Amino acid sequence: MSNIAASASTLPSVTVAGAPPTVRGYWGTVAYRLRYDRVTLFFLAIIALIVLAAVFAPLLAPFDPTKSSMLYRLKPIGFKAFQLGTDELGRDMLSRLLWGGRTSLMMGLGPVVFATTIGGFLGVIAGFMGGKVNMAIMRTMDVFYAFPSVLLAVAISGTLGGGLRNGLLALTLVFIPSICRVAESATTQVRNLDFVEAARASGASTLSIIMHHVLGNVLAPVFIYASSLIAVSILLASGLSFLGLGVSPPTPDWGLMLSTLRSAIYVQPMVCALPGVMIFITSLSFNLVSDGLRRAMDVKA
Amino acid sequence: MSTNLSLAPQTDPRDRGGRHQPMLIVRNLKKYFPIRGGTLQRKVGHVQAVDGVSFSVRKGETLGVVGESGCGKSTVARLIMNLIPRDSGELIFDGDPVGLEQGISLRDLRRNMQMVFQDSYSSLNPRLPIQDSIAYGPRVHGASRTDAKKMARDLLDKVGLRPELYGARYPHELSGGQKQRVNIARALALSPRMLILDEAVSALDKSVEAHVLNLLGYLKRHFDLTYLFISHDLSVVQYISDRVLVMYLGQVVEIGPVDSIYDRPRHPYSQALLESRLAMDPGERIEEAPITGEPPNPINPPSGCRFRTRCPFAETICERAVPQLSGEGVHQVACHMADSSSGHTKAGMTAVH
Repeated sequence: MSNIAASASTLPSVTVAGAPPTVRGYWGTVAYRLRYDRVTLFFLAIIALIVLAAVFAPLLAPFDPTKSSMLYRLKPIGFKAFQLGTDELGRDMLSRLLWGGRTSLMMGLGPVVFATTIGGFLGVIAGFMGGKVNMAIMRTMDVFYAFPSVLLAVAISGTLGGGLRNGLLALTLVFIPSICRVAESATTQVRNLDFVEAARASGASTLSIIMHHVLGNVLAPVFIYASSLIAVSILLASGLSFLGLGVSPPTPDWGLMLSTLRSAIYVQPMVCALPGVMIFITSLSFNLVSDGLRRAMDVKA
Repeated sequence: MSTNLSLAPQTDPRDRGGRHQPMLIVRNLKKYFPIRGGTLQRKVGHVQAVDGVSFSVRKGETLGVVGESGCGKSTVARLIMNLIPRDSGELIFDGDPVGLEQGISLRDLRRNMQMVFQDSYSSLNPRLPIQDSIAYGPRVHGASRTDAKKMARDLLDKVGLRPELYGARYPHELSGGQKQRVNIARALALSPRMLILDEAVSALDKSVEAHVLNLLGYLKRHFDLTYLFISHDLSVVQYISDRVLVMYLGQVVEIGPVDSIYDRPRHPYSQALLESRLAMDPGERIEEAPITGEPPNPINPPSGCRFRTRCPFAETICERAVPQLSGEGVHQVACHMADSSSGHTKAGMTAVH
């Protein structure tokens, strides 16, 4: 979107002291509001930390995450070089958590990004065209909506088989209908406003009206909703791995680690809880940041 | 018809029909909205929103359109702008039929005729700075980014908003009056020859309304515009209009010069409408409503004259025959009382008031 690009370039000038306070773009206002939202900033920092840790996992991990050792199985936190202990096959927990973050974040962000693109597109089309097109798209979405999301994800990846790619596909399909619905209702609201009519009266094409007048107004609600789905996606992906439908061992993944370690919960409860703690912190952070974004993006409040 | 002698050097080069060709001729315009019902969404009837409306707008004049809410004023505006398709009827813009092969294209029509909407809140995109909203039209018609922006800032200046202060602002940072100024600037961005003002000042405070009306007067002179001014506010229409058209239930009941209509209204509906105005002098306040009841249902309008159900002079002829718009000269009225051959007992007499 051009206005995002434009706002990125105007952002620095906004923060310069002495600039007129009224000439702040939409995204400038959002950034300005976020600066004073301590909670959101704190959790944004945590997310950044987790993402950086996952990205630089190969450099940060002290051990090979897949290398097992029968001698050091289920050691407690802080045992010798294993700062976070070892799992049931004697693999270093810290290394596995770092590497597992990669898979878990990918499973959290990937489906949401894909579903936002596809669902958003379908929703805007349905909302703007109305009538029969809307009917066809939205009733198809309702079919998917009829199933509980967990069940649908399990059913799809169960049919397609395990693996990272199929897990991504299953979760994307699960998220499309709800995002599509948000985009559709936002578009329907905008479509009936006079400024769309005025744009049409100036002789603009449908595509131009959608690009300039509809997308900008639909983006915020869709973006906010999608950001709240990231946490859900991480949890669902962990659930799939837990059931053996997501990634397969020995690939490290938080959900999968939680699943395999659960038999050792009475032996090393602290170590077993670690992947769960990571999932909890990550999804909590995404949720709170999403809330903060919603407050910041509601410009007219 | 386009003789185009163009002897006068100040003639607008866009003027195709000549001085005396009306800017816009509307002939027998009709729009019935279907009402759908039942589970299968079948047509169960239709609202006769606009039923056979004909009038013309002369070059450089302001034609006021008045009538109760729901009488089809706004539908007429949207039909003229081709924002909704008309069921039947003809539109002729400066001698060129609209929507026909040999006539003016929709794109050209929209360059020549623009509309200002009533709701200043919903008529501006909340996500666009106002100068971008204004520049959008010229951009669509092929102006470069810098040209369009310059044009937008010039227009902001013309409507009384300093571009360096307001240009980059968003609609929610402006007051209602300022937003309506922006709406007017946007309508002018394609340098149209005619503006349709659909309740353009109705939502504003009285003081702001006065400012905007003065602005409209200034812009009309400055850009040599023609206005179609739709409003339910009779005083405002009287102030701004050269001629007035009174609508009732999707039809024209009276049309004529503003002084003639306001001083000697001939249709009972126009008379009632004008009497219902608030008096400036409290001693002249009216105790009884000059017109009672709701307008009839446009789904199933009365036979004959549509006003007969509320008309104090209704007779059997009014039930049987539809009165036609007639009258000598510029002041025309659709009432059996105005037609001496209609058979109405009061026919041929001058207006009661």
